[in-house]
Amino acid sequence: MGLRVENLRVYYQTLRGDVKALDGATFDLEDGEIMGLAGESGCGKTTLGNSLIRLGTRMKYIEGGVELDGVELPIWDHDKMDRFRYREVSMIPQYAMSALNPIRKIGKMTAELLASRGVAYRDVLPSLRDRLDLVELSTDVLKMYPIELSGGMKQRVVMVLSTLLDPSLLIADEITSALDVSTQRAVSEMLVEFREREYVKSLIFITHDVSILYQIADSIMVMYAGKLVEKAPTDTIIQEPRHPYTKMLISSLPQIGVKYTEKKLEGIPGQPPLLLEPPTGCRFRDRCPVAFDKCQEEPPFVEIASNHSSACWRTMEDHAQA
Amino acid sequence: MLKLDGISKTYRIGTFGGKELRAVNNISFDIAPGEVVSLIGESGSGKSTIGKMILRLISVTSGSILFEEVDIATLSRRQLRDYYRRVQGVFQDPFSSYNPIFKADRVFSIIKRVYFRHVPDDEWDAKLRSSLEAVGLNPPEVLDKYPHQLSGGQLQRLLIARALLLDIEVLVADEIISMLDASTRIDVLNLLAELKTRGLAILFITHDLSLGHYISEKAVILYRGAIAEMGTTDRVFNNPHHPYTQMLMRSVPHLDSRWEGKEAVAEGPEEGLLVPGCPYFARCPVSQRSQACKSAIPELLETEPGHFVACRRYADILSEPTPPA
Amino acid sequence: MSRSKTSREPISDAALPVGIADAERGAAEAAILVKPTVGKKKSEILYFALHNPKLLVGGSVVLLFLILTFVGPLLTHYGPFEYGAGPTNGPPSARNWFGTTTFGQDVFAQFVGGLGSTFAVAIVGGGLATLIGMIVGFTAGYRGGLVDEILNMLTNIVLVIPTLAVLLIIAAYLEVRGILWEALFIGFTSWPWAARAIRAQTFSLRNRDFVDLARLSGVRSHKIIFTEIAPNMSSYLFMTFILMFGGAILIAATLDFIGLGPTNTASLGLMMNTAVLWSAMHLGYWWWFVPPGAAITLIVGGLYIMNVGLDEVFNPKLREF
Repeated sequence: MGLRVENLRVYYQTLRGDVKALDGATFDLEDGEIMGLAGESGCGKTTLGNSLIRLGTRMKYIEGGVELDGVELPIWDHDKMDRFRYREVSMIPQYAMSALNPIRKIGKMTAELLASRGVAYRDVLPSLRDRLDLVELSTDVLKMYPIELSGGMKQRVVMVLSTLLDPSLLIADEITSALDVSTQRAVSEMLVEFREREYVKSLIFITHDVSILYQIADSIMVMYAGKLVEKAPTDTIIQEPRHPYTKMLISSLPQIGVKYTEKKLEGIPGQPPLLLEPPTGCRFRDRCPVAFDKCQEEPPFVEIASNHSSACWRTMEDHAQA
Repeated sequence: MLKLDGISKTYRIGTFGGKELRAVNNISFDIAPGEVVSLIGESGSGKSTIGKMILRLISVTSGSILFEEVDIATLSRRQLRDYYRRVQGVFQDPFSSYNPIFKADRVFSIIKRVYFRHVPDDEWDAKLRSSLEAVGLNPPEVLDKYPHQLSGGQLQRLLIARALLLDIEVLVADEIISMLDASTRIDVLNLLAELKTRGLAILFITHDLSLGHYISEKAVILYRGAIAEMGTTDRVFNNPHHPYTQMLMRSVPHLDSRWEGKEAVAEGPEEGLLVPGCPYFARCPVSQRSQACKSAIPELLETEPGHFVACRRYADILSEPTPPA
Repeated sequence: MSRSKTSREPISDAALPVGIADAERGAAEAAILVKPTVGKKKSEILYFALHNPKLLVGGSVVLLFLILTFVGPLLTHYGPFEYGAGPTNGPPSARNWFGTTTFGQDVFAQFVGGLGSTFAVAIVGGGLATLIGMIVGFTAGYRGGLVDEILNMLTNIVLVIPTLAVLLIIAAYLEVRGILWEALFIGFTSWPWAARAIRAQTFSLRNRDFVDLARLSGVRSHKIIFTEIAPNMSSYLFMTFILMFGGAILIAATLDFIGLGPTNTASLGLMMNTAVLWSAMHLGYWWWFVPPGAAITLIVGGLYIMNVGLDEVFNPKLREF
């Protein structure tokens, strides 16, 4: 069971043509797996997250299949997806905590949300209380307006609300980015607790902050310019990355304990390609230090070791020789 | 060179200005020539306010900021213009720092008009080019473009180039890389470090401890407008004294070790509200606090040379409190 | 103000409008050194202005009426109030293009004369209102504090003055009224809306980082208003002017309609006034009131469409390549 995504392509419609934001994603997610989805802005991670639950107005489904717990998700059909949304697949979108209706008390908003899904507020209330308790919020919060809550509190409220109906898959999009360091840890750990208690079965954690993923994710999938670049268990990605982009990304992260005077970190020169007319072949080719002529042909995203997939000719070569 | 002496900033809020919001509370520290000081704090700590007060974009309610022994609040308009030749700032949002309807390089023509009025055009162009190259930019790529045509990293570098054109001595960098991509971040950070080796003093305002550690010699940890801990980066990071600093160190996600134990989420008092005692009292672990902490603001104590903490617990360690140098 | 800096999603080039970066990169690389000059910017704006459909359509409509104002009197040999220009209540004919009124006056001549006075009142009245609104709005918005409070009070007072009552009193004292006083009156009473709008925009712009950067560059306050804030609001200012302009037309038409307008000039409002008084609608003399009403609608509508186009011209981000 779990999530199976096969060759998913979703483009953005613009006046100048289609932006190939997500161009062929194939991966699996097991039940109970927390997968971190990492990459820089524009890599397609938010597009991927969104397309699993709701295609935005400018998004165009091109091809690909998504299967959750053995059932196909009709992501191309807005209305047909409705019965899956919030029940089977749920999302905490980016800036969710800023999007709470300012003129509704939290409790009232929850009741309205549930009513729209055909669930009675009263039925869910005991469970709601338990979960608020888990995230260290008092039930008084239900009687408050969003403006009375701090950023961390709002984020926790949103976490509880998105998982009230025990969805099988939860997509969390940059939920820690706007939080203070101290709250980030608490919120991330709470998410893991949700998984422990089976409020959610599997979780996709979208972020640009790889170090948080190291703390809570079971596996990490790295994206670049609309393509999947590497997926492996967390320790492998952090300690033994194989794809050149992943390697350069990890080594460019400042950590406490590293000083400029002792060890100068390197960034990745250049910029990601524009996705309106992306280059042929490997999209990282122009910035890659080990690119060679075969890279003009697009590398497939294949397994190079147990549970470890990568899209790189060089990596495949090294692996074949190993 | 730049000295903050008991700086405070209070705002009047509420319907009739009844309530007081103390954004910054009695801050004192200094920046020596060529020194990089990290001002580390989370949201509500007052770090940006301090940066703006140093740049005289916000007035100081009490205390004084001294640049080479002169209180900057007393500067006349002409003297202020000279001050800006030596002290400049770069802000968090690269796109917001540019007037969107004009081209990005207009920021250079503005300072030319004010500071370099009589410099001939070709000499100015040469200066501009070398300044751009010094920050790692390729002039044809960034000149004559609108801000939305350039990347965040390029825009931030342009602002640094602008500051360099003025030949400044102190740069106030307010979260300048938090809105950049991971791969660009380190390049801009390296640029700052390189400028420091050429003699530039930097006040590096950030919420990200690892960035502060990477680049600075001195670290000032802020909490709710007051200094919690201050000292050389090594001392503060490797041997944090203040419960808040310790909590921060525990909460930062590392790439070589996992979080241990459990971190409770305790909420502090309403942001900015002046509490009589230690601002961290509500979140401080019960075992570490006393009743005295609740009633009186702790003073900054020097626990070891160059390492200061504002925590009552350390009063016992020392015989008498030493005011910070 | 203490601003809590929350970190947000990093910005990268994938967000760039596509195609521009590539083309411009190529062009710029060919240049040896690019000098930022004002001339270059002006010609760019002109280029975009001439290629924007909304601006062109709206502008053409307004321009058409403007031309008609000047050319029209040359096309007709009747004066606006001349009797015997044609049969009474005559429909449009070769002799009277817009037909005639109950008094045998040529409607076209009245129309053309009315257009002229309409434009005159609108420009002077609307312009004056915008000017006062700008002065008050910018000062209040940029300075804030006590200055803002005082100006706000002033704005509110002028806003609630019952203009009609004042107008009646003035009208009672002035026996003969010309266009100028009507324009001045409109200017001095309708600026509060402009001031409010401009103040609000100035407030929001004043806190932007680029204003701080200008301050850090040693630029003085009034210069900042003119060179940083106002240009950023240029389409907004023009929109305000259009509102004032259109508003002035409508107010003038209303005043003329109830007989409080200029006593000795033709105006569109006066035409409609007379038309209604003499039951033109009931009796089906559409040529008498339709042209003035349509003209007001088309002019004001054209101005609004122009403004949407202008916003695109001024704001690089809205441009579609």
